[in-house]
Amino acid sequence: MIIAIPINDNSDNTTICPSFGRSPYYFVFNTETKAKEYMVNSAAQSAGGAGIAAAQLLVDRGVNVVIAPRSGQNAADVLLGSGIEIYRSVGDNLKANIEAYQNGLLNKLSDIHPGFHGHGG
Amino acid sequence: MIVAVLSGKGGTGKTLVSVNLASVVEGDSIYVDCDVEEPNGHLYFRTEESDKNVETISRLYPVVDSSKCLLSQNKDACAKCVDFCRFNALARVGERVQVFDQVCHSCGGCYIVCPARAITEEARPIGHVYDYKVGNTRVLSGQMQTKQAFGIPIIAKILEMAKGSTLPTIIDCPPGSACTVMESIKDADFCIVVAEPSVFGAHNMKMVVQLLRLFEKPFAAILNKYVEGAENPSETLCEEENIEVLHRIPFDVQIAHYHSEARIAAEEEDRFKEMFESILKRITRRFGGEM
Repeated sequence: MIIAIPINDNSDNTTICPSFGRSPYYFVFNTETKAKEYMVNSAAQSAGGAGIAAAQLLVDRGVNVVIAPRSGQNAADVLLGSGIEIYRSVGDNLKANIEAYQNGLLNKLSDIHPGFHGHGG
Repeated sequence: MIVAVLSGKGGTGKTLVSVNLASVVEGDSIYVDCDVEEPNGHLYFRTEESDKNVETISRLYPVVDSSKCLLSQNKDACAKCVDFCRFNALARVGERVQVFDQVCHSCGGCYIVCPARAITEEARPIGHVYDYKVGNTRVLSGQMQTKQAFGIPIIAKILEMAKGSTLPTIIDCPPGSACTVMESIKDADFCIVVAEPSVFGAHNMKMVVQLLRLFEKPFAAILNKYVEGAENPSETLCEEENIEVLHRIPFDVQIAHYHSEARIAAEEEDRFKEMFESILKRITRRFGGEM
């Protein structure tokens, strides 16, 4: 099982980033091998469609679960369409959320927002 | 001569300046409302709907035939269209390509790069353009349909309609400094930035000024809602950035009153007519008196 979480920094002390598509990094964690990675989100600088491109990165990385505070509709379409589950994070503590997920304490993200499009032209 | 009227934020007075300038041109003129997301110029130039020439504007969207797409055989076979799109309008979702219409810019690239010829383009309506005349003013405007997010093809069409003419043309731009504004000013000979006395107004005016300098457009400012002696961040910006101030339109309740009733101030009172005539004169002087 590979989990991806949007994060603000590429360090252990980082926090969960409130934006899914434009977070600078993803924390990618393999629950079986315990391998962890701070994956650069190359989609963050996109002029438009960052959520779509970011979701595509995670699909291509073989991620099974995304934990995030929220997700835009387009990103959710790509993630869910590819069989990835999205869970809602609680607070911004990275470790606490991974533990909560593994203990079955996180809920599926149900209220997908319509996105924040059209502000960059 | 083509004059484009811009602003950073909405509500600073673009339409006020545009409709009044178009109105005080001697002889025939063209007024173009490029704010296709929220057009309001037609409120000032009224005529029967039946007297307007209306044309539907469509744009092309990619449609993927999943049975022809190479992904249908192997989910890692190809991602050429996805990789090509710099707007991220396509994504590889399982064994198929999903198109996000709202993000697509209709460039046609995905159609060209598809090795399986699985992508075709389909025209879908996105809005309308209107062409009509009120008095001496030819009015060109566009309106984007609801649920659409990309009005550039409509703006391009109304500007193309205006292009064939040598008449003095006033372009009422959309607010801001995004693609829609760039499209609106690209043919302009001169630009006017209308600014209001607020911090927000000055902040967004600065972005428009950067855009105009990038496009190497000659421009000047009009300070609207001007109060003598009061703090004016936009005026300060003009001083700092060496921006010529064409005119200071006073914060006058009578102008606001006319404008809120969709009346053209210059056609209501001589003092406003004279004010906009003098602004127009200052602009035309820069072009050797030809307007």
